[in-house]
Amino acid sequence: MKKENKFFKYLSLFPISFYVIVLILLPLIYIFCLSFLTSDYYGGINYSLTLSNYLNLVDLVYIKLFIKSFLIALVSTFICICIAYPFVIFVSQKKKIVKNIIMTLVMVPFLTNSLIRTYGWIVLLRKTGIVNTFLEDLNVISSPISFIYNDFGIILGMVYTLLPFMILPLFSAVDKIDKSVIEASYDLGSTSFKTFFNIIVPQTKVGLFNGSLMVFIPAIGYFFIADLLGGGKLMLIGNLIKNQFLSARNWPFGAAVSISLVLITFGLVKIYQKIGGKMDDLGGF
Amino acid sequence: MKKSLKNIFIFLVFLFLFLPIIVLVIFSFNSSELNIVFENFTLNWYINLFDNRELIEAFSNTIIIAIVSTIISVIIGTLGAIGLHKYDFAFKNVINKLLYIPIVIPEIVLGISLLSIYTLFKLELSIYTILLSHIVFSIPFVVVSVRSAISNNVDVLENASYDLGASNFQTLFYVTLPSILSGVKSGALLSFTLSLDDVIISYFTAGPSSNTLPLKIYSMIKTGITPDVYALSTILLLVVFIVLTISILVQMRSIRRNSI
Repeated sequence: MKKENKFFKYLSLFPISFYVIVLILLPLIYIFCLSFLTSDYYGGINYSLTLSNYLNLVDLVYIKLFIKSFLIALVSTFICICIAYPFVIFVSQKKKIVKNIIMTLVMVPFLTNSLIRTYGWIVLLRKTGIVNTFLEDLNVISSPISFIYNDFGIILGMVYTLLPFMILPLFSAVDKIDKSVIEASYDLGSTSFKTFFNIIVPQTKVGLFNGSLMVFIPAIGYFFIADLLGGGKLMLIGNLIKNQFLSARNWPFGAAVSISLVLITFGLVKIYQKIGGKMDDLGGF
Repeated sequence: MKKSLKNIFIFLVFLFLFLPIIVLVIFSFNSSELNIVFENFTLNWYINLFDNRELIEAFSNTIIIAIVSTIISVIIGTLGAIGLHKYDFAFKNVINKLLYIPIVIPEIVLGISLLSIYTLFKLELSIYTILLSHIVFSIPFVVVSVRSAISNNVDVLENASYDLGASNFQTLFYVTLPSILSGVKSGALLSFTLSLDDVIISYFTAGPSSNTLPLKIYSMIKTGITPDVYALSTILLLVVFIVLTISILVQMRSIRRNSI
């Protein structure tokens, strides 16, 4: 017989419930409320309800920023898919031990500081960097190429930082496909191209969407990548939120931008669940 | 497609992933501070590293925060995962759903909402607010990985343990925990690495005098990073490589044993 031990029940459930309510729910509710208030000249908060923060968002400057940020995130996600799909398909054809070693090695960059790795790209690609100096010494180019401090730099940084998040869920999806189905497809005269789109993609669509979420959502918010490798001042929605909270000190407006981001995220997660994705597979690599 | 072409593609992806890391390892042995050409081999940056007190302090803060936040998140997360599996109560579904929020929402939103709530409660920003914030984003990852290790088998074993007269805590320590240990381990590893590398959430929840390694590096990047930071990162990388090599060797052994 199972003993109902009230003490253990509370011991296991109280900390987690307290945590969820005070440290997850409450901050989000507070941000939500904040987004309907305004800030005064000194960065303090006026307690009068208004929709002005959301209405201010419908300004050409912010609409452009949103579109640009989404485009950068979208392009980064697409490039990650183009690299990760062939990679995981080729790796899944290897022996088990080789697969394990390769997938462990994919994790290694994760374990070094992401800023230091991003700085590695600066050292390589800046105008006085290794690549430009090398090309100039060989007389391939006469003046240095601007690889970074532009949108290309931001996309490179995003793809580089987030690629493992695409590879891991996609690999576990591709590795589960029954190899005999793929062989049957070839035996019946399908090309690799057809097999990929008719067999592999439909069977791995949940993993694909999972990886896309894990790339797309951070790519909207990773302000430090845009700070380090981008050109202008306001580049991503993440930079906008950071500015509102730390420099402009207009917290209510920053809160409104954040709430919009949260709503978009929830929408994407709903789609993920619709196509059969499990919540426990998100980020649980 | 030819096998060699596939291998070349795999190699190129690895080159892409490791190129900046290779650069920093090489330049940690460079006598010039400029990071453009390799001049002379030197170990000076490794020796000077220990004189850079700010860097060492930031590094030890990072390690302490990672260890403490991992321990606390693993305790709360593991107990929570077990409790949420075992017991039914009114808001169980709500709690389960809210737990996913830190995993899915952009980190920056979690960062600013924690900053706001600390300000609301007049908590002074310090190393403790960084620690608390790291616990906040780690717990859900622990819950998810522990939950994946709780199978129906565990329920059967627990019932057997109760039937044989074990107490709740005996069952917890001798039956439940050992059978979900793999989940606890991967949850701990995940929260440790997430904490070690966190920039965004620390950026918003750190006080003016509290510094972690990522924050220190972030502030250095604008003026240029000195090679002693490369030296420190190279040492860390070496530790990671040793740990991973051991884990691969253990895996190889168990695969070989299973195949016999």
